[in-house]
Amino acid sequence: MRAVVLVYVFFLVAWPVTLVGTNTFEDGTAALTELLEDPDVIHALRLTVIVAVVSVVINTVFGVGVSLLLVRYEFPGKRILSPLLDLPLSVSPVVVGLSLILVYGGRNGWLGPTLESWGFEIIFSTPGIVMATTFVALPLVIREVVPVLEEVGIEQEQAARSLGAGAFQTFRRITLPTIRWAVVYGVVLSLARSLGEFGAVKVVSGNVLGRTRTATLVVEEKYLNFDKPGAYATAFLLAMVSVACIVVVSFVRPQESKK
Amino acid sequence: MTAALPAVDRPARRRSVAAGGLTRVSGLGLGVAMIWFSLLVLVPLVAVVVTAVEGGWSTFATQLTTEQTRAAVLLTVLTALGVTLVNVVMGTLIAWVLVRDDFFGKRVLEVMIDIPFALPTIVAGLVLLSLYGPESPLGVDIANERPAVFLAFLFVTLPFIVRTVQPVLAELDREVEEAAASLGASRFTTFRRVTLPSITPAIAAGAALSFARGVSEYGSLVLLSGNLPMKTEVASVRMLSSIENDNLPGATAVATVLLFVSLVVIVAFDLLQRRLVRRG
Repeated sequence: MRAVVLVYVFFLVAWPVTLVGTNTFEDGTAALTELLEDPDVIHALRLTVIVAVVSVVINTVFGVGVSLLLVRYEFPGKRILSPLLDLPLSVSPVVVGLSLILVYGGRNGWLGPTLESWGFEIIFSTPGIVMATTFVALPLVIREVVPVLEEVGIEQEQAARSLGAGAFQTFRRITLPTIRWAVVYGVVLSLARSLGEFGAVKVVSGNVLGRTRTATLVVEEKYLNFDKPGAYATAFLLAMVSVACIVVVSFVRPQESKK
Repeated sequence: MTAALPAVDRPARRRSVAAGGLTRVSGLGLGVAMIWFSLLVLVPLVAVVVTAVEGGWSTFATQLTTEQTRAAVLLTVLTALGVTLVNVVMGTLIAWVLVRDDFFGKRVLEVMIDIPFALPTIVAGLVLLSLYGPESPLGVDIANERPAVFLAFLFVTLPFIVRTVQPVLAELDREVEEAAASLGASRFTTFRRVTLPSITPAIAAGAALSFARGVSEYGSLVLLSGNLPMKTEVASVRMLSSIENDNLPGATAVATVLLFVSLVVIVAFDLLQRRLVRRG
């Protein structure tokens, strides 16, 4: 059985992923250095990082807040809210992009024209990319934090409160340390997801060279324009980051469960 | 154990949660969170459905029954079903090996399982293309063929069943299996009669996620499948070309079908997850 599993994973994941590395370094580091001298690529990489960081910050604040609300409070509609929060996991990225265009599109969206008249351009601009990215990565922090909050219970928080700690102090001194690692995993996973979002961003960004083109769009563009070394090099950079994220998560987690 | 995934919540050992009513601060927080969630997710998704049915049901039906759209939706759903079946077997097997087996390099295997989840989908497509495309070192070229769609789905859905089954299998009491074995049950009977029933909800939950992910996949197919109408074009790709041609009724009709599938799957997943937690 072990052999079956190893062969399967080798052909499906291990070998193909290593090929991206070898294809990138076929001519030494030429492909990478050439890539990093292209100002459009630099712009795309910078945009990708900015968008990912902003959406991770939003999702972390939102995720921790919603997790606390879901676990610690009772309110009407809670039973419906919880599966709805998971919905972005299973919605097609193209649907995400389409839905945002329908509401925030500058020409005939529901809210788009009004926002545009106030001077906010969302679709075909950076805010749209941030929204699309935030949408797809939304459940990841919540899914990590909720189980931990459920498991630790509220005795310690109640003790802190009864000893006179304020709500904020209790959160900072008691709750935050217990969910710290869950938040870290959530953040790392969201980061990987945000850096790599492609479909939703493609729909809302308009893919304008040097303005709204992100790193994943560069991969497609370069490949379709027969610039394979460039496509492989960009893919290699993205793959490195996501593999690094996974490795970080897998090394931090076991230490915590041993505690 | 890495569960870098929408894994089913570990069966909570202790659910000593005495949830209270809302205070003023938490009420305000809930309000702000809900406004943001509505603006970002709910309103846009509602807009999709509203736009789809705006032209009346007949337009909606016509959009869905055009030959090309029907072919795309059928291909997507059937392939996702097939891939989910493969995952039910392979995913359970991988979870079993990860929990019960011990060998050199198991950590690497753990990381490998999570890679498809974290890898950008467009990179996933490129990655598969380099081994199974025109320049394949294996000599297997399935680019622009139907098996390419199957392969891409197989890649992106790999972690789901593994990661939902693994924690449940790890918490399973081995004494029950040993008892069955000592009473003369063969290894296969033990698995079928003792182990399998306890992990079935987890397998089903993982299968639901894997199916939903397959149906909604887009990025990994862009470079790999060639997106040939009637042959390798899937629902997401069909939708995107409708958007690019400004055919909003067509795009939203397909989007509504996909949304319906996602919703059903998420509700099923939620129910299964509750069942898992109760068992724990």
